[in-house]
Amino acid sequence: MTGTDLTFDVVVVGGGHAGCEAAAAAARCGARTLLLTHKIETIGEMSCNPAIGGVGKGHLVREIDALDGIMARAADAAAIHVKMLNLSKGPAVRGPRAQADRRLYREAVQALLRAQPGLTIVAGGAEGLELDATGALVAITTADGQRIRCGAAIITTGTFLRGEIHVGEKRFPAGRVGDAPAIGLALAFEGLGLPLARLKTGTPPRLDGRTIDWAVLEAQPGDDQPEPLSWLTERITNRQVSCGITATTPETHAIIRANLQSSAVYGGRIQGVGPRYCPSIEDKVVRFAERDRHQIFLEPEGLDDPTVYPNGISTSLSEAVQEQVVASIPGLTKARILRPGYAIEYDHIDPRALTPSLEVRQVPRLFLAGQINGTTGYEEAGAQGLMAGINAARRASSGEPDAIFTRSEAYIGVLVDDLTLQGVSEPYRMLTARAEHRLSLRADNAGLRLTERGIAWGCVGRERGARHRAFAEAVSTALARAASDNATPAALSGFGIAVNQDGRRRSVLEVLSLPGVAMDRVEAAFPWLRELAGPIRTQLEAEALYAPYLRRQEAERRLLEREEKATINAALDFDAVDGLSAEMRQRFNAARPATLGAAGRIQGVTPAALAALAVHLRRDGQRFT
Amino acid sequence: MSMADTIYSLASGAAVGAVAVLRLSGPGSAGAIKLLAGSLPPPRHASLRRLRAADGETLDHALVLWFPGPASYTGEDAAELHLHGGRSVIAGVMEALTAFGLRKAEPGEFTRRAFLHGKMDLTAAEGIADLIAAETAAQRRQALQQADGGLARLYGGWTERLARLLAHQEAAIEFAEDSLPTDLDAKARFGAGKLRMEIEAHLADARRGELLREGLVFAIIGAPNAGKSSLLNALVGREAAIVSARAGTTRDIVEARLDLAGVPVTLSDTAGLREAVDEIEAEGIRRAERRAEEAQLVMTVFAADQMPDAETLRWVRPETLVLVNKCDIKVPCGEISGIPTMAVSARDGTGLEGLRARLAEVALRLTGAGEGSQLTRPRHRAALTEAVALLAEAEAATLPELTAEALRAALLALGRLTGRVGVEEILDIVFRDFCIGK
Repeated sequence: MTGTDLTFDVVVVGGGHAGCEAAAAAARCGARTLLLTHKIETIGEMSCNPAIGGVGKGHLVREIDALDGIMARAADAAAIHVKMLNLSKGPAVRGPRAQADRRLYREAVQALLRAQPGLTIVAGGAEGLELDATGALVAITTADGQRIRCGAAIITTGTFLRGEIHVGEKRFPAGRVGDAPAIGLALAFEGLGLPLARLKTGTPPRLDGRTIDWAVLEAQPGDDQPEPLSWLTERITNRQVSCGITATTPETHAIIRANLQSSAVYGGRIQGVGPRYCPSIEDKVVRFAERDRHQIFLEPEGLDDPTVYPNGISTSLSEAVQEQVVASIPGLTKARILRPGYAIEYDHIDPRALTPSLEVRQVPRLFLAGQINGTTGYEEAGAQGLMAGINAARRASSGEPDAIFTRSEAYIGVLVDDLTLQGVSEPYRMLTARAEHRLSLRADNAGLRLTERGIAWGCVGRERGARHRAFAEAVSTALARAASDNATPAALSGFGIAVNQDGRRRSVLEVLSLPGVAMDRVEAAFPWLRELAGPIRTQLEAEALYAPYLRRQEAERRLLEREEKATINAALDFDAVDGLSAEMRQRFNAARPATLGAAGRIQGVTPAALAALAVHLRRDGQRFT
Repeated sequence: MSMADTIYSLASGAAVGAVAVLRLSGPGSAGAIKLLAGSLPPPRHASLRRLRAADGETLDHALVLWFPGPASYTGEDAAELHLHGGRSVIAGVMEALTAFGLRKAEPGEFTRRAFLHGKMDLTAAEGIADLIAAETAAQRRQALQQADGGLARLYGGWTERLARLLAHQEAAIEFAEDSLPTDLDAKARFGAGKLRMEIEAHLADARRGELLREGLVFAIIGAPNAGKSSLLNALVGREAAIVSARAGTTRDIVEARLDLAGVPVTLSDTAGLREAVDEIEAEGIRRAERRAEEAQLVMTVFAADQMPDAETLRWVRPETLVLVNKCDIKVPCGEISGIPTMAVSARDGTGLEGLRARLAEVALRLTGAGEGSQLTRPRHRAALTEAVALLAEAEAATLPELTAEALRAALLALGRLTGRVGVEEILDIVFRDFCIGK
């Protein structure tokens, strides 16, 4: 790049999962968008385990897809092992997951971005942030001296803030392995004085699949009928492969115990907090000393790539000890380590410094998304990138209101609300338990919930929009028919459906909600059900199953809505609120909740503190009931 | 924060006594004590000090106690002044405190501050309020139990168990691939059933705690001139009700409070039951019957010298106390409608001792005398009843996410009694109890 200033509506810095979704979303919204990344060839790289989706995460992917994002489509194009998790449980907690061929995934993402009108991709590093007199962002400067004026910028640079990799006693500064950490930008960030905290995460050693003795291992195949992640994918076309299952042995545990000092964490060289749902093998052995085996899934990283990802033995032990650990595991006795496992420690921005549109509160027009906000996982990063992309485009173009989902509308809403209100104490991962409205926020109805909003925001393409509307129409027709069409108890018994012979007619939805009634009997009673396409019938069944609960959740939701209407003046001095303890003041000040409802959701806020705040608001002349 | 956030009030009640205790709480407590007593005494030590007004005039020699927050009753900086109990001493010190910028506390404000600072949960704060309002020994025992955290511990224990049940159910949902125990779903449902039965047992208390807190009502009904008002007067030992030989003297309800073995009881004397002669009497009779229906005990009164009347006989039930008054005039029959009677004479006192003992026995049986932790407010009952229904739903649920949904709602219901349990607390349990991360 040379000479004169460039001008874009939106500049996205970083080509990881947050950056890709952000750039694609901003461009879809009509913003002239620049994606600035160190290496174009690593755009869309899966730096950790080669899988997209799961319970909670799969919900996020479907929501990204409902807003026409790229993650689900890329994962389908790269899928080599697909599984619907929790199939024995109800539809609300089923999580679609695809293991991807890493190369195919990268290629799919890059192809989707190249095909995106309005998006320019340039290799380069951001070096500085230029603010105007009001403190708002006006331009990004690059390492080679280029000044890029922009309406908004999104920083998605992951673990670049004081990122440090640990392999046993060795340590070196880094982003991902092989990437230079973004020093200039890190300094610029430090200059902003945003609140920081330190986290860590880790990966297992990568193995050479050709040296694994697959014959002695249990094979775990994917689903026979792999269900795509994206609504636009007709079917998965790649050859499907199995994973292997093995486990650690008492010998493994003995080796680890004898060498704990070589672990960066146990040797005391790491202070950052790691994710509890993805502990290192050292952690598992120490914390659950009574267990003599821990399961390991051997996940192939590609169809023509021998690399295998041993999911379950993330570690920061020294390379020599890692060799011994791997050799002590059945099937891996001769396995060759291609790259040792490592722990990475990094600073993240306390996301409570962001507004619910992911904009830095003290620097208008600057947005942050992804791991930099303290999350972990491709899906969490992608979801934030998508929302930051939409919001940055809106900010750059005009004064359109922020694009925000509530907790009752989307997992994305839960994610953003949790981050901006609670902050994080460990790398944040989505779980369905975080969603109060879990029964209505299903992976199967993400499009019905969100696509219409996406159309209004301008981030949904014409093809998806048209298909969505036809589908939504068909579902609502079928639901109406299922609510009105009914049968007498006598008629139902005639079809082998046992109900109280109380003379009350039951609707199709009521019959569907009866426990233990076989579907073919319901179809016999109401033959038109047979005509329905599978996805429409899925909606009918899920709505019927959860109907009584959804009614209760609806009541709860309305209650919450009332609290949401009690807005808190952005200038409120929490120190002036009577009866708040120092701890409560600190929590409120860090998160700066915008409503009484948000204040009540802040972790650790006591009912008493909330009452004190409510009293203060009322005294301030604000009504909230 | 300023002096105006600092409050004071007389902690020892309005009556004149040898010692009066003034209590201060708030950020300006230390400043006020320094102004009043010259310097701050060491924390939690009684020190004798000369108290002076702003103009230097000596107000009193008093014991001064300094309680720096958060280790104080309210959790704020607080102090106590043990003054000589004269009215003018108290007024003088209060005036001085007002002059320093402090203000008089609203009723209940000290306890409210303690609650706001997390020094007690809601049930304990309720206990304090009840303790202050307690009229009788049994009420005091019950209130003290609750103020001491008796209910908080019981409900807190249940909340903890419920949180764990939910956490284990959530673990089974979230981490199905993590080789967790396979019986988590069944255990969650079983645990919900066990907890439900315990809460049900606690609820099946015949409202003992609530009755003790609110006080019992015993209604006296019977025909005109059976001597109901005389009986009431004899039981309370004063002329609470007007007594005359004229039938129909009592037209409205006359009530008197009685302390029966430490239980507060309201005795309700009512209009005599008969065909009313006018509108006013008719209303009195309606009120009498309504009161009898609300009462925890009905005493039907017959006169020994008259045939039992049909109106009163309608009220004779197995749980009724059947009294035959005027036994000094005529020997009463020992049984009415198959219920053994108690012979009494309001005039000469015959049988009153036995009646009092019998009433006390009933009062103790109905209230449990304040022993054990029992719920004391309709609010407690409503939340626990809701939790029981939700736990039953959790037990019967056919899918793990529905069990979780019901457990979560039950936890919210219990949370209204003890404080909310958030998702982070649930996740803490998940990661503590299970090795997650395949």
